[in-house]
Amino acid sequence: MTVDAATQGEPFIRLNGIKKIFRSRRQEFLAVSDATFDVHEGDLVSLVGPSGCGKTTLLKIIAGLYTFEDGTMEVGGAGSDFDPARDVGMVFQQPLLLKWRRVLENVILPAEILGLPMRAARDRARDLLDMVGLAGHEQKYPYELSGGMQQRAAIARSLVHDPKLILMDEPFGALDALTRERMNLELLRIWEQSRKTILFVTHGIAEAVFLGTKVVVLTAGPARMADRIDIDLPQPRTLDMKTQEQFGAYTRRIYQLLGME
Amino acid sequence: MRLRITGDAALRWTAIVGVHAAVVFLWYLAVEYWEIPKFILASPQATFMSLFDDYPWFDNTLVTAMEIFGGYFLAVVVGVGLALMFSWFRTVETLMMPLVISLNMVPKVALGPLIIVWIDYGLQTNIIIAFSISFLPILITTARGLREVEPDLIDLVKTLRATRWQVFIKIQLPGSLPYIFSGMKVAVVLAVAGAIVGEIIASEEGLAYLIGQVQVTLDTAAMMMAVILITLVGVALYLIVLILERVFVVRDARVETV
Repeated sequence: MTVDAATQGEPFIRLNGIKKIFRSRRQEFLAVSDATFDVHEGDLVSLVGPSGCGKTTLLKIIAGLYTFEDGTMEVGGAGSDFDPARDVGMVFQQPLLLKWRRVLENVILPAEILGLPMRAARDRARDLLDMVGLAGHEQKYPYELSGGMQQRAAIARSLVHDPKLILMDEPFGALDALTRERMNLELLRIWEQSRKTILFVTHGIAEAVFLGTKVVVLTAGPARMADRIDIDLPQPRTLDMKTQEQFGAYTRRIYQLLGME
Repeated sequence: MRLRITGDAALRWTAIVGVHAAVVFLWYLAVEYWEIPKFILASPQATFMSLFDDYPWFDNTLVTAMEIFGGYFLAVVVGVGLALMFSWFRTVETLMMPLVISLNMVPKVALGPLIIVWIDYGLQTNIIIAFSISFLPILITTARGLREVEPDLIDLVKTLRATRWQVFIKIQLPGSLPYIFSGMKVAVVLAVAGAIVGEIIASEEGLAYLIGQVQVTLDTAAMMMAVILITLVGVALYLIVLILERVFVVRDARVETV
């Protein structure tokens, strides 16, 4: 996989042999072992694998929430001024909107915590809500929105402080199948418009291939990285690509890597 | 979208008034139909007319209301205050919470006589009894509300390097408001009970004291009027709490316990 570096220059994230062990008083649990992959600026990389394979742990390591034992991690490229507080946006499986705040106030929360100028943050939040298709819902409370709309608001919130990297942990996992398909298309559009680097954790293999410029496959316990696959489907992606032979070839390969075929 | 059955406000108010009126009417019918002696159950009219008898209704209602409101106010301040302290100093919580749980098991009504032994009887004592009975549920629900924060939400603000104060003021405190109100609603009933217990054990004023006085003359109508006035004071306090909840807590976040 040295092709990346040769064709695209310095990677934005470079993970090399990352290992994470959770220790309780009595036992050790190997959550991640030997995770090695690169993410380039503007990439949308899917991390796919079964439940409990350490995907979320890996995401939290990159977010700076967990330390790790072995290996090296460089985020932001060499000599960059990457600051995990300002430059990472996060989206989880649950929207995690504050029930007592209106949608707009929810979206500006990161800007508030970082102490950014509020007037600009509000304007930006409005633009972002427009971009994620929530124009006109700014003054509603979260309970007045559907699950898909709440997750759109959460995506807008992850973008409000203009971070360089968005980490998404199964963001559409709690949505119904149809809403999920629609949100996949929306995410691709948002990604294209915002030009962010996105790391997308999922256990949906088709979703991983459909969204990703690259798919990192992780296997379950002992948590290992099985492979990294560049997805050579044209951009922008369309739903009919899912029926193409090339798409099937990618998903088949991932099923094989996960020992399901 | 969830389905909400709220009905329209006019209908709800009609129901509230209608149900109460129906109970009064049944009461009236029962007294008439069974010809119940008035020293056992006074009729609604007689009960109402007792307001014009020569009893110091206003002064005694004022005293009881002061005891209930005073004790309740203290309970909210101390209950929420202690819960905040618990959430800021985890060691304090670890040490104190088991004690709070056992204290909650103490039949607080039985503490009334002891408190009167310790600090004499009167208005202040009854405030303290009302307070001591009603602050524990507020403390317990508030402490729980401050603890209930989604772990992922904590991760989210941690990546933004939020300070402890920011987490508290932006997430924990507003998140705990529904719990505070649910504890406060439970505490209203207890504050009323506390003040009345104090008055019954020993006092020279208040509605429960008045009940004791008129009991001697078997003026059942006046006794019933006193009970109704105590209830009205409690209902007034409960309504104030409901209104405050409506103002401060978004509908979807409200916790229903009563």
